Amino acid sequence: MSGWRRHTGRIAHLAMENVDTDQLIPARFMSAPRSAGYGSFLLHDVPEAAPQLTGASILVAGRNFGCGSSREAAVYALVDFGIRAVVAPSFGDIFAANAVNNGLLPARIDTDFLERLADAKGTAEIDLEACEIQVEGRTVPFFLDPAWQQKLINGWDDIDLTDQHQPAIRSFRKAYRDQAPWAWPGREEDA
Amino acid sequence: MNGPHTLFEKVWARHEILRRADGAALMWVDRHFVHEGSHHAFARLAERGLRVAEPGLTFGVVDHYAPTRERGWIADPAIRRMIAMLEENAEGHGITCFGLEDPRQGIVHVIGPEQGLTVPGVLINCGDSHTSTHGAFGAIGFGIGATEVAHVLATQTLWQAKPRVMRIRVDGALGPGVGAKDVALGWIARLGADGARGYAIEYAGPVVEALSMEGRMTLCNLSIEGGARCGMVAPDAVTLAYLEGRPFAPAGADWARAAEDWLTLASDRNAGFDQDVVIDGHEIAPVVTWGTSPEDALPITGMVPDATSSAHARDALEYMGLVPGRPLVGTPVDQVFIGSCTNARIEDLRAAAAVLAGRKAKVPGIVSPGSSLVKAQAEEEGLDKVFEAAGLEWVASGCSMCVGMNGDLVAPGKRCASTTNRNFKGRQGQGARTHLMSPAMVAAAAVAGALADVRPMLEGRPL
Ligand code: SF4
Repeated sequence: MSGWRRHTGRIAHLAMENVDTDQLIPARFMSAPRSAGYGSFLLHDVPEAAPQLTGASILVAGRNFGCGSSREAAVYALVDFGIRAVVAPSFGDIFAANAVNNGLLPARIDTDFLERLADAKGTAEIDLEACEIQVEGRTVPFFLDPAWQQKLINGWDDIDLTDQHQPAIRSFRKAYRDQAPWAWPGREEDA
Repeated sequence: MNGPHTLFEKVWARHEILRRADGAALMWVDRHFVHEGSHHAFARLAERGLRVAEPGLTFGVVDHYAPTRERGWIADPAIRRMIAMLEENAEGHGITCFGLEDPRQGIVHVIGPEQGLTVPGVLINCGDSHTSTHGAFGAIGFGIGATEVAHVLATQTLWQAKPRVMRIRVDGALGPGVGAKDVALGWIARLGADGARGYAIEYAGPVVEALSMEGRMTLCNLSIEGGARCGMVAPDAVTLAYLEGRPFAPAGADWARAAEDWLTLASDRNAGFDQDVVIDGHEIAPVVTWGTSPEDALPITGMVPDATSSAHARDALEYMGLVPGRPLVGTPVDQVFIGSCTNARIEDLRAAAAVLAGRKAKVPGIVSPGSSLVKAQAEEEGLDKVFEAAGLEWVASGCSMCVGMNGDLVAPGKRCASTTNRNFKGRQGQGARTHLMSPAMVAAAAVAGALADVRPMLEGRPL
């Protein structure tokens, strides 16, 4: 995954609350391998969303976007479609983490600011370092967890990062096992 | 650890390997469950040539795509492939897998506790949002996405930001016909589907203490529907009684030490919570959902709400085909479903059977037990006969109509009274209309052929 600092793209609106991951990608498409491309599954059963989405890379949505299941396929569908950022007052927790793991920005904004974006059309510019969106001469701030900001900017891969901590993990495991052996699963034959 | 701490903080502290300056903590994972949907994560591992770090702490289960009928031969090649892929990945990495033919097979959040893999004080992950269920044992359990699943497979750790802690205290007692599902849908309706976003929840108070482990699991299961990272209940004598002697639970001297340790995991008396919510158990009536989010829930005695209140309500009512101002009771349903990790344990089946005994269902429906062991026990108790005599179909265990991946679907436009956890548009099938409620309430809907209050149907019956 490559990192990014700025993105300029067209805004699309999905003025709905609680857009859940079952809507973002219906379960029936999820057995496909990622290499097949997930873009055509995005909001497949929400046809009223389609016209707005074409050509857009920044999605402005209502509260609790991406609530529901942990299916990362919902993020694959957005990313493969060409979406780089979702702007909403709140996100499902697991969705937001999945988004960051795929270079997709979950930008949380105040409801007041959302109203300011409501009539914005055309192009917007996202500045990941400043946590701001510039659109039609206005600047709208957004909130992003600092750890996620660093990850998006640097395109970090967690497995590589964690590898640097192998000694700490090993000594933790040993101490923990001594302290709480019962935290390891018992074996049927021991019972 | 000094000073008063919450249950959540105590369990969290045991698992924190290190914390970065930006707040991200590297957490040790005690149990990792994988299912057919974990194929993306295994593919990532293969791409990088990595092995599963701790196969002994990783367990596979076939549930999401498990056929509930004709298990011997799976007609759909895509479903066959999904199941085969998991079984191959499990074998290749030396992971214990509860496959389709295993007598212990079932829904991951049912079999974890059933097998004694879920115990107090541990941290549990699975690529499924209802991993919050395991918190009923005083564990931290939460769902993760595929990239994180790959990370846990490769390292047995996970990067996490520590959530805040909310306590939901349920005072008083519950009336007859009211249970954990009603408590859960009730608080979600009050706080909203994102009301607990960023929080770990601790459920407490006399109502929670009086719940069985199965009720506590239902309560914790639905935490995610209120947006919470996880839900927890402090371990107590009820927890220990449930776990003792389970196949993977500690045994012998280990059991005694474990039990002693686990009972220390309660929140200290002066522990501070970031948010405190109090609910009066006496005020809770059986709840049903009317819309397309779990927050769209009302007591069965209520009316279909006014659609002008919000764009969401308008849209939800149109999708659900409901008329504002009409009573919820009497809304005709086309079918029922009893199943899922929320409500398909033995007590759930007993509660539904108590209503259905000696009665006929006016609409068709299926009953899918939460695990193959639950199925066997229900058959021993004769519950299968009760369901079949009422006209419902008794099928094998899996996620089934909760998510429809195995082909058990609600047809477009059809209305289903369901014990599941999500009434999202299209969740049970394209165009399906889902009303969430407890197993007893689904049984009542089956008998009435419409949304109904179960309480009068329970009069004079042993509960
Ligand atoms: S029963 Fe439903 S909610 Fe539970 S694990 Fe299966 S698909 Fe997920």
